[in-house]
Amino acid sequence: MAKLTLVQAINQALDHEMTRDDRVIILGEDVGKNGGVFRVTEGLAEKHGEHRVQNTPLDESGIIGAAIGLAMAGMRPIPEIQFEGFMGPAYDQIVNHAARYRARSRGTVTIPMTIRVPVGGGIHAPELHSDSPEAIYTHSPGLKVVMPCTPYDAKGLLLSAIRDPDPVIFFEPKRVYRSFREEVPEEDYTIPIGEAKVVNDGDDLTVVTWGASVFQCLEAIDGLPDDVSVELIDLRTVDPIDIDCIAESVQKTGRCVVVHEAPRTAGLGAEISALVQERCFLHLEAPVQRVTGFDTIMPYYKLELEYLPDAERIGKGITECLAY
Amino acid sequence: MPRETIYEAKIEYLQILNEDGVLDESEAEGSLTDEQALELYEQMWIYRRFDEIAFKLQRSGRMGTYPQNKGQEANAAGSGLAMQRGVDWVVPCYRENLAMHLHGMPYHQILMHWMGDERGNMIPEGVKMTPLSVPIGTHMLHAAGIGWAMKLRGESGAVITYFGDGATSEGDFHGAMNFASVLQAPVIFFCQNNQWAISVPFEQQMHSRTVAQKALAYDMPTIRVDGNDIFAVYKATKEARERAVNGGGPSFIEGMTYRLADHTTADDARRYRDPAEVEAWAEKDPLIRTRKYLASKGLWDDEKQALLGERAEKIVGEIVKAAEGVEPPRTEDFFDYMFAEPTPELVEQRDTMRTSSIGVNPGQIGLRAQGERV
Repeated sequence: MAKLTLVQAINQALDHEMTRDDRVIILGEDVGKNGGVFRVTEGLAEKHGEHRVQNTPLDESGIIGAAIGLAMAGMRPIPEIQFEGFMGPAYDQIVNHAARYRARSRGTVTIPMTIRVPVGGGIHAPELHSDSPEAIYTHSPGLKVVMPCTPYDAKGLLLSAIRDPDPVIFFEPKRVYRSFREEVPEEDYTIPIGEAKVVNDGDDLTVVTWGASVFQCLEAIDGLPDDVSVELIDLRTVDPIDIDCIAESVQKTGRCVVVHEAPRTAGLGAEISALVQERCFLHLEAPVQRVTGFDTIMPYYKLELEYLPDAERIGKGITECLAY
Repeated sequence: MPRETIYEAKIEYLQILNEDGVLDESEAEGSLTDEQALELYEQMWIYRRFDEIAFKLQRSGRMGTYPQNKGQEANAAGSGLAMQRGVDWVVPCYRENLAMHLHGMPYHQILMHWMGDERGNMIPEGVKMTPLSVPIGTHMLHAAGIGWAMKLRGESGAVITYFGDGATSEGDFHGAMNFASVLQAPVIFFCQNNQWAISVPFEQQMHSRTVAQKALAYDMPTIRVDGNDIFAVYKATKEARERAVNGGGPSFIEGMTYRLADHTTADDARRYRDPAEVEAWAEKDPLIRTRKYLASKGLWDDEKQALLGERAEKIVGEIVKAAEGVEPPRTEDFFDYMFAEPTPELVEQRDTMRTSSIGVNPGQIGLRAQGERV
């Protein structure tokens, strides 16, 4: 079985689905001959034709708005927004149109569309190339939001997203794009949207996270004393949240720490914390803790590592929660 | 009633200094003096050297991603000089460093920006400029607003805003054009048409024959100029500025140029561009033709060039030293500039960020260092 990076696994999933389903079309800035700025669509224009891997004008609102039209008219568009920071101009199309058409038309107009977006910090990029806006789109009803962090999960979740009858935002943590390889089967397989994964089994405390933070959490857990047993959950999908998986774990451990790159206030940590107290109130040994980005603008890269939760800060959070 | 023509328009193209360095005397009237041309040549040379060194800083790991300006110097030079420093506003994108420099933004701050340091965006006292803008095609509306404010406040002067051909695809570009047009704001929309938006060529970006014609929809005076010709760029900008300060509203200038380098240091244009095209444009280099012109006037020679080369090395060396010599930023900075008065939550997060995992005072939620229950 081939060992692939996250970039390669996503590329393979796109290639696979374009071959299988001729309704699938990729559109975005630089996705054609250049293969996207991260090379995620590399080789696809050559193989499937530039009309199916369409370079678009530099217009995020246009990309999503046109993709909505494509989806309505029988295609399966996969628009790419080059960086999460550039989703702003497309917000209206995503939230006010893509997310609403099914409800607005009482099921007669639907938008099967997968919006691919590189996300998150830690790669020393310029301004607006390092943000984590997943909570914004989770807060908007009518969208599913996926953020896998391993090559295997990315392929299986991307195939599910493309085949989903509704709009899905597929966030790709760019810090992980080429950070490691793992075995990815060439054949067709899917991972259901909304299903979390237990990365590490443990009994003393549950850590819930997703995206690149999974790896910071693993590092943090490695640094803990041997007698501390931590269960690590990678949500993989942040909307809908797999609360059953979280609740089962927290009912066992009694303690929960949520870790994310995005700012703290009204971030997904707040939602997960509320869900945990609803489902696990009598099991809790400590308040649910959040280790997150601060309530500030994501700083330029000289200070980005001060902003992002790292193993040290996560380790501290776990220790504090255990000490409660 | 038979159909009648109710609107007709044309797009003019202006070139004054051709690729061989020969000046069209009939159009040169009202453009640069030879002294100004000499000054701009020297500025463009230093600017080119700055750009090359910036590229090397990135390659050697001393700076993050940097968008090269190479080949587009004349657009920044001619338009920058035509605007009045300290009177007019400059609302830049990121490929007109020389215009920023001519209007008072120190070069080392531009490097600091790309070194991941917000202090590079601090606008010096008396300079009328916005920080360089990374999100594409959204800042031109700010220029429309600034021009509108100048009009409301009765201030003389104008605003110039820069953007690329790709940016004209964004909806906000059209919003900016319409606002400036409806409000007759003193704004100059300067499109640096370098013909490539990363890997997307001009003809895939739009089906229009020119960018300049987009201004016709807003009944805005518009022109396409040779953007590698400092004389044409200067003259068109000067005319647009005069119109703006005399109540004539906004204007549009399309400076035809070419991005001789990659989009940024993170890009590799060999993947999508024909080297023959790049070579053909390299011959239209604004520095070469300006130098030829100056030499033909007896204003330039190899000795002067050698001295300029030495001067440029020294100046750029000092710029790099200044950018790299700044104190590291304080971590607290990213809290302290969120609001005029930080909120209590931000103060709490700032003050506990080194002692707590969660940015709140551990005592508040009953944590005990020794692990005792509250």
